[in-house]
Amino acid sequence: MTRETLLTFAIRFGFLILLFCMVIYFSLSANGFASPRSAAFILQSVAITGILALGVTCTLVVDGFDLSIGSVATSALMLSAYAMVILEMSAVTAVLLCLLMGAIVGLINGLLIVKFKVPDLLATLGMMFLLIGLQRIPTQGNSIATGMKLPDGSAAEGAFSAAFLWLGRHRFDLFVEKLVPVPVVIFLITAVVIWVFLELTRHGRLMYAIGSNERAAALVGTNVNRYKIAAYMISGVTASIGGILLAARLGRGDIASGNNLLLDSVAAALIGFAVLGAARANAFGTAIGALFVGILLQGLTMMNAPYYTQDFVKGAVLVLALVFTFYLSAKRSAGGKT
Amino acid sequence: MKTCEIIGLKKSFGGNHVLRGIDMHLSAGEVVVLMGANGAGKSTLVKVLCGFHGHDAGTMHLDGVAYLPTDAANAISHGVVTVHQSIDDGVIPDLDVATNLMLNRLTEPGAGVLVRDGALRRAAQKVADNMGLTMDVRTKVADLSVADRQMIAIARAMAYEPKVLILDEPTSSLSASEADRLFSLVDRLRGQGVAILYISHRMSDIRRIADRIVCMRDGEISGMFEQSPLDYDGAVTAMLGHSMTDVDIGVQDGGQPILEIDTLALSRGSAPVSFSARDGEIIAITGLLGSGKSELAEIIFGLQRPKAGQMRIAGRAYAPQNAAQAVAAGVFMSFKDRSTNAVIPDFDIANNMTLPFLRLFSRATVLKGRSQRQAAQDMIRRLGIVCQSDDDGIGTLSGGNQQKVMIGRWLLKGCRVLLLDEPFQGVDIGARRDIGAHIRETAKGRATLVFVAELDEALEIADRIIVLNEGTIAGQHQNRNVDMEALIAQVSGTSGAQPRVNA
Repeated sequence: MTRETLLTFAIRFGFLILLFCMVIYFSLSANGFASPRSAAFILQSVAITGILALGVTCTLVVDGFDLSIGSVATSALMLSAYAMVILEMSAVTAVLLCLLMGAIVGLINGLLIVKFKVPDLLATLGMMFLLIGLQRIPTQGNSIATGMKLPDGSAAEGAFSAAFLWLGRHRFDLFVEKLVPVPVVIFLITAVVIWVFLELTRHGRLMYAIGSNERAAALVGTNVNRYKIAAYMISGVTASIGGILLAARLGRGDIASGNNLLLDSVAAALIGFAVLGAARANAFGTAIGALFVGILLQGLTMMNAPYYTQDFVKGAVLVLALVFTFYLSAKRSAGGKT
Repeated sequence: MKTCEIIGLKKSFGGNHVLRGIDMHLSAGEVVVLMGANGAGKSTLVKVLCGFHGHDAGTMHLDGVAYLPTDAANAISHGVVTVHQSIDDGVIPDLDVATNLMLNRLTEPGAGVLVRDGALRRAAQKVADNMGLTMDVRTKVADLSVADRQMIAIARAMAYEPKVLILDEPTSSLSASEADRLFSLVDRLRGQGVAILYISHRMSDIRRIADRIVCMRDGEISGMFEQSPLDYDGAVTAMLGHSMTDVDIGVQDGGQPILEIDTLALSRGSAPVSFSARDGEIIAITGLLGSGKSELAEIIFGLQRPKAGQMRIAGRAYAPQNAAQAVAAGVFMSFKDRSTNAVIPDFDIANNMTLPFLRLFSRATVLKGRSQRQAAQDMIRRLGIVCQSDDDGIGTLSGGNQQKVMIGRWLLKGCRVLLLDEPFQGVDIGARRDIGAHIRETAKGRATLVFVAELDEALEIADRIIVLNEGTIAGQHQNRNVDMEALIAQVSGTSGAQPRVNA
């Protein structure tokens, strides 16, 4: 094999091979790693960040960025709790309300960026702050749970409905009884939908064109603004799905949860750049990126690595992936399939 | 006395010979105007002179000493200073005039750590006075006019006490009165004995400032004019070339009018433009920079609104608000400067080519990859695009083949009006013939407008040539035994006020 083809091979499959070796290593050295339960656990641990990461992937595709996803998710968490516990709404209404909130936040992000020309990082950073603050106002900064004291002195009567909690806690049977949690199924469905959208539809192709050369895309008659807004709306909706699932798992409107969502999901999307040598945001890579982190952390935990090393490990993986993407791919000549 | 002498200078990028042996010299106290169309090699010559590129062969001498700049800073220390075309490369907008003028002092080794504002301002004031600049040196550069910024960029260049000053299209963003101020500054520098190389193809600049004209074409010197009075028409001929090419075209008169341009004002105050483009007819719109070519193209494609007048397509009013509406009305446009305006660098050939018509290649929004690739392969054959396959990255193609992909993009589907802006830019002669032949073959059923600066290209492809000058039509020629003298006079604006029609 020549140097050239070796390099191409390394860029294409390097990350997947690394993932594979890691699985083998943990299976051999950590007792119980190679079991359905452990696999389901890993998937569950990455499902919510994965869903958020798939949304941020869409904004990365149009050469944008969405920093508000973490706070959209926690806002959805608080909103669903508020809707059910305090306003005593049904599970369906609460879910719809959250999805609508995500879409509206995405729309505002998009409008700030394309109409008011605010740079993407700054617009979504502003939105992040705004939402972090906003979600605390209705409850004066308190978490929401059944029986909590309301400002007028009475107690909150509502409760998380069983149907809502099902979203976070139910497990489907697969080989083993009660194995696959609902969030994992939703993560996999979202991954497939986003992948089909980005890779197979003409809208996805145009979004990649916008990300690669916005001006050229506009000059062939693409409505660039509309696609950019759509990308932020997708990101907002997926983030609110993540928040709903988190709420359903916790069963209360916990003000402090979801702190790590933003960084973890952005990391997954960026690690995804390195998968298959894509050197750009892509849905498959994002899903693999999320899994990669999940497997690594699970394996290390089972080998008794202390919990406080987790962020360090994630950071190291991210830096490695970025070197993969930007250094190695830059060495290869330009262009490629699609 | 020759300040700078260049002998046999050659430079190529890969297989692309950009400079094919340049011989020229610059003398103290003289303004040499360098003319050349896009792609003639002017910018490369400048970049070699200012140390940005090395050269492959030939020698350069400064005051008789061999001159071999290693980088831009080294060129400056030898006394060769360049003011580049884009002004904001030359100034730092957020700092004040004094700091901008003295910036080189701040970077000198041995400059103190602390900036002494008072001393800096006094020194800057002296430089400003020397150059005849009147603004307060404490003004922020961002608050100044474009002309003032340009002056400051030049003034800063003068702080290096250059032997050779290179001005790259300095008036391209200046108004007439601003340009006048620039010219008096250039006069002053000429008086101080600086050798000035002035790059431009604006005839009004050249008439005002040139002591000598050097023309470049295809990487070679195609003409030198030093006898006073200077032969401006000769210079334009040397720059654009019109050595009759051996392309044989059967000139068509065209059928029904498709696109009618009715008293369209391209810019405020310019005389209205009216013409109609017929079915099957190819019209070359030619003219120098600033003649209104780009404005006309952008108005037809919906990127600019006309100041007055209207357009009709097949008798129906046509007033596109954006590119999407133009494309929907069957008006397609291939832009010049493909790397910024057309190429999607991340995509392969097939996806670059089919980009505008993805709707045609999808069912319920899902792309039909096979039909996309089939259409691309078909176009690759028809245009003779040299590549391994349709999934080659666009960046792996040569410039000419990339351009074929960009033009092929708009030939995938029939249209009413096809606009091609500099379709032969950065394209070798073979690819140029292929593209031209294919455009002529497919011309039936649409009106084709080709915007070109080079007369050769116009003569090679068009049935009719329309010359623009100062935003209005200076002449029209049926492409049969064209009166070249009249054509060139119309291009350079020396034909008098009356537009001549030679049909």
